[in-house]
Amino acid sequence: MIPPAFDYARPASVEEAVRTLAEAGDEAKVLAGGQSLLPLLRLRLAFPELVVDVGRIPGLSGVREDGDTLVIGALTTHHDILRDPLVGRYAGLLAAATRTVADPAVRHRGTLGGSLAHADPAGDLPAVALALDAELVVVGPQGRRTIPAREFFVDYLQSALRPDELLVAVRVPKREGWGFRYEKFQRVAQAWAVVGVAALVRRENGHIAEARIGLTNMGATPLRAAASEAALAGVPAVADAVARATAAAAEGTRPSSDPSATPEYRAHLARVLTRRAVLAAAGGE
Amino acid sequence: MTRISVTVDGTTYEDEVEPRLLLVHYLRDRLGLTGTPVGCDTSNCGACTVDLDGESAKSCSVLAVQADGSEVTTVQGLARGDAWHPLQQAFRERHALQCGYCTPGMIMAARDLLRENPAPTADEVRHALEGNLCRCTGYQNIVRAVLAASGQEVAS
Repeated sequence: MIPPAFDYARPASVEEAVRTLAEAGDEAKVLAGGQSLLPLLRLRLAFPELVVDVGRIPGLSGVREDGDTLVIGALTTHHDILRDPLVGRYAGLLAAATRTVADPAVRHRGTLGGSLAHADPAGDLPAVALALDAELVVVGPQGRRTIPAREFFVDYLQSALRPDELLVAVRVPKREGWGFRYEKFQRVAQAWAVVGVAALVRRENGHIAEARIGLTNMGATPLRAAASEAALAGVPAVADAVARATAAAAEGTRPSSDPSATPEYRAHLARVLTRRAVLAAAGGE
Repeated sequence: MTRISVTVDGTTYEDEVEPRLLLVHYLRDRLGLTGTPVGCDTSNCGACTVDLDGESAKSCSVLAVQADGSEVTTVQGLARGDAWHPLQQAFRERHALQCGYCTPGMIMAARDLLRENPAPTADEVRHALEGNLCRCTGYQNIVRAVLAASGQEVAS
């Protein structure tokens, strides 16, 4: 399959990229690693007049510390996330979910920023960004602004990014001593998640002090399992207590229907996977 | 049209290409390097896997313009004269192919694994090849071939 024709720009800096996007109006698409955009182009589901390749802009890749925050460049590849010691130490949930993204060849090229900006609710990393309370740093013609993950995912494949803005970094609060688990249910290896659950748990004296749960593919956007998070606070980290508290995991969700699953089945999966993920994250297998 | 310079299997090519041209079509249709097949065309099957600047990549999911200034190795660049690459040799000896369509991608993905993990377990081989599909269901022998190419003893 051959993509539709488009013009191509390869800006050398963030400023040039933003200028190029601003001039193109709504007709441009940003190309980072291309692992979501290229399939869309080949299937002719996207028809940009201009593709703006930001893949070589220096300074947008890599992970650094900024006080109690990790700053992850938007172009950092999944492959690099998996090998980064700072991510391993302070944001293990991100590495755990990234390990389930596609396959090694795709992980070599796909980027964290690209998969968040793509805003696919079936993608693994948007729910993780929600659970981690990440912030997305974007640059536009008016300068820089920071968007909390909970405001970033607006609708199916739609983010709060304006057409002339570029996502440049993801800020993740450092967390040490939290348990985590990403549970992903898929029909075959490398397939999209039918449902995924990203769980972070802080444990105190055998109890769950705080739980943060992100849901993959349970609606048009990634969601937090707010009712279960509230019900889990203060609960002992044992199987039946966690099962009771996670029975509400699908509350407030609006899962879609597709050949993989009905909405009812997705709700069932959300409850089962949330129970498993929270229990594992709480160390109470 | 955009001007690119790409080194493929040791030879540098300068070309004018349409931005929408996929790397796999550039390799096959422009350079005549048909050893890299187009399989599913949807990023799933991995038949078109090549090495791009030292890392495996699905060449149906890369634009030729993105490879500008890069070094590409295809399955056709692995042998040294008459001496096959150890993976090629092992795939032949272990009957790791039936129709052979997935083989170039399997070999390129396995090469990527062995570079990072020179002595993988069978389980690690399976995970490393999860983005490569074989419709002849020949995975058993493919896994054995990769283990054999890594110099490990393999029960036949």
